[in-house]
Amino acid sequence: MDAHHWQNLVVAVLVSGAVVAWLRARRSDLWRDAGRQVVKRRPLACSVVAFYSVLALADAVSWKSDDPDCAGLSQHKPRSVIDRAFRCDFQERSYSAPLADREFYGGNELTFPGLHPMGTDIRGRDVLHLALKGARIALLIGGFTSLIVIPLALFFGISAGYFGGRVDDAVFFVISVLSSIPGLLLLIALIMVLGHGALQVCIAMGITSWVGFSRVVRGETFKLRELEYVQAARALGVSEFKIIWRHIVPNLMHLVVITFVLLFSGLVLSEAILAWLGIGIDGSWGQMIDMARDELSRDPIIWWNLAAASIALFGLILAVNFVGDAVRDVLDPKTLREDA
Amino acid sequence: MSRPLVRLEGLTTWFPIKRGLFQRTTGWVRAVDGIDLTIPVGQTVALVGESGCGKSTVALSMLRLVEPRSGAMYYDGVDLFSLSRDRLHAYRQEIQIIFQDPMGSLDPRMRIRDVIAEGMEAFGIGENDAERTERVAAILRRVQLDPDQMNRYPHEFSGGQRQRICIARALAVEPKLVICDEATSALDVSIQAQILNLLRDLQDDLGLAYLFITHDLGVVRYLADRVAVMYLGQIVEEGETERIFDAPNHPYTRGLLAAVPSVDPARRGVTASVMGDVPSPANPPPGCRFHTRCPEVFERCSREAPELYAVGDGRSRCFLNESSSRS
Repeated sequence: MDAHHWQNLVVAVLVSGAVVAWLRARRSDLWRDAGRQVVKRRPLACSVVAFYSVLALADAVSWKSDDPDCAGLSQHKPRSVIDRAFRCDFQERSYSAPLADREFYGGNELTFPGLHPMGTDIRGRDVLHLALKGARIALLIGGFTSLIVIPLALFFGISAGYFGGRVDDAVFFVISVLSSIPGLLLLIALIMVLGHGALQVCIAMGITSWVGFSRVVRGETFKLRELEYVQAARALGVSEFKIIWRHIVPNLMHLVVITFVLLFSGLVLSEAILAWLGIGIDGSWGQMIDMARDELSRDPIIWWNLAAASIALFGLILAVNFVGDAVRDVLDPKTLREDA
Repeated sequence: MSRPLVRLEGLTTWFPIKRGLFQRTTGWVRAVDGIDLTIPVGQTVALVGESGCGKSTVALSMLRLVEPRSGAMYYDGVDLFSLSRDRLHAYRQEIQIIFQDPMGSLDPRMRIRDVIAEGMEAFGIGENDAERTERVAAILRRVQLDPDQMNRYPHEFSGGQRQRICIARALAVEPKLVICDEATSALDVSIQAQILNLLRDLQDDLGLAYLFITHDLGVVRYLADRVAVMYLGQIVEEGETERIFDAPNHPYTRGLLAAVPSVDPARRGVTASVMGDVPSPANPPPGCRFHTRCPEVFERCSREAPELYAVGDGRSRCFLNESSSRS
């Protein structure tokens, strides 16, 4: 199987996982109401997030085909849905301004005059196309890293909070050590060790950012374990593992959802910083912004590259933050208790 | 007194006070300090006392939700305190607890059916889920709740209903002893009466024994066969309910009874004979623990600790009984 087949498989697994999670959440009144309320409070932000997700999905599914338009090398490359929305080999030789007919430097006639709504970059690639493709990378950064952070934080936080004593001491030692190393340095070191790929960067960011959430989980578990229903379950002879699974984890889920949404935007933004340091992920908005930075000193200024990436990044982060705040309002136990 | 179901001998539970950089144990809170108590089959024993006297710690220790420091608890001739966690599991079924706060004692994310079936699963009661659901329905009817509501969540019920659910959960594993830790204190008076009547009916039908932990003396008089009065981690007086109420022996018991607000206008305004606050159990007073507040204190009380002297059918921890019990 080729790389793109694997990628399609991962997408299929993720989508079916999301559908299963959605169906399960729908069965619980609490989650169904919460979902409805979030959409009701922030309809625009929710649809923006949904739009980005669709874009990311469209770019994640790719296949090969014998397209007569495609010439040369790209004929044998897998192309995603978004790639197919643009013409094959939709490229110029160098910079061109938005909707321009001629190249920015030299003034030669473009291959596709007037068809690049956001212009082209230094290598002649269509900027709009690149910006749309960045959505997949952004969601990969936010989503995949959270998939690493949340289980790690839950595991360490719950074991520390529930068992206390020596386990707590050990976990807290790890947490203290990790949080006393400057985050950025640790990140760079990890990326040096793991390598430069997208997944490696996500893993490195995951390892450096579980600590904060783990503290929250530990505190909450500590509180939950003293509650009477946990005591009653103990008196009923329920095993420790089952108590954690049935009573502790479900009562932490609101924290998980809140943290996921708030973590997401932070991660996407910190990738932009990594890109600036030259260790970002290929094709991310951060990298586009980093590349565009050099062009700002030219005269006349080349702004479209930077603008497209920044607007795309800004739009996603703003929408996710709005949704995140709504999620917190809806799921926060303090607001929950009032109607409970 | 009928056959004993549970016999506590010298139950002692201390909590460490940890201080400083290395969390050294610098002292102990003597929450429960040597309690002997017998709970007969099918009867109700009430454990009364002020807040902070260690009543609830007795309950938690009996279930080993808190590990006792020393002492023994015999159930069926077996000392449950000396059993390993694995071997204790089988006995967990026999002793159950109902807590004070009916909201905090039900998991908000669990349906009532699952709450009640949880213990059945842990002890393998019922062949399969369908059979357990049937049992849950039967128990819900037993505590006068509608079995059709078993798929609802706890927050959809009122306080009294929630306490019924807690009772149902405890009964689901068919225990012999139910510890009611302030089980009715959080409820309205009218609901309280319903729950008390329910508990009484269940006792008559199922032959349950109760350890009723409360500070409400009205409840004690209504429900209990025997009463044990606790003060600062020790039992100061113990005996049959009627005798305790009619002729309290220990000065503390008399103080407690005098402090009950009366609806009888002639008895209104009786000044409390017990003054001040309970001393800290981390640093109990020497001699008789009650001597700092006792209206009948004399010189010897602050030097020597009294033992429990036989009084009628029960016991009392006061020097005033020394001569009478010897003769």
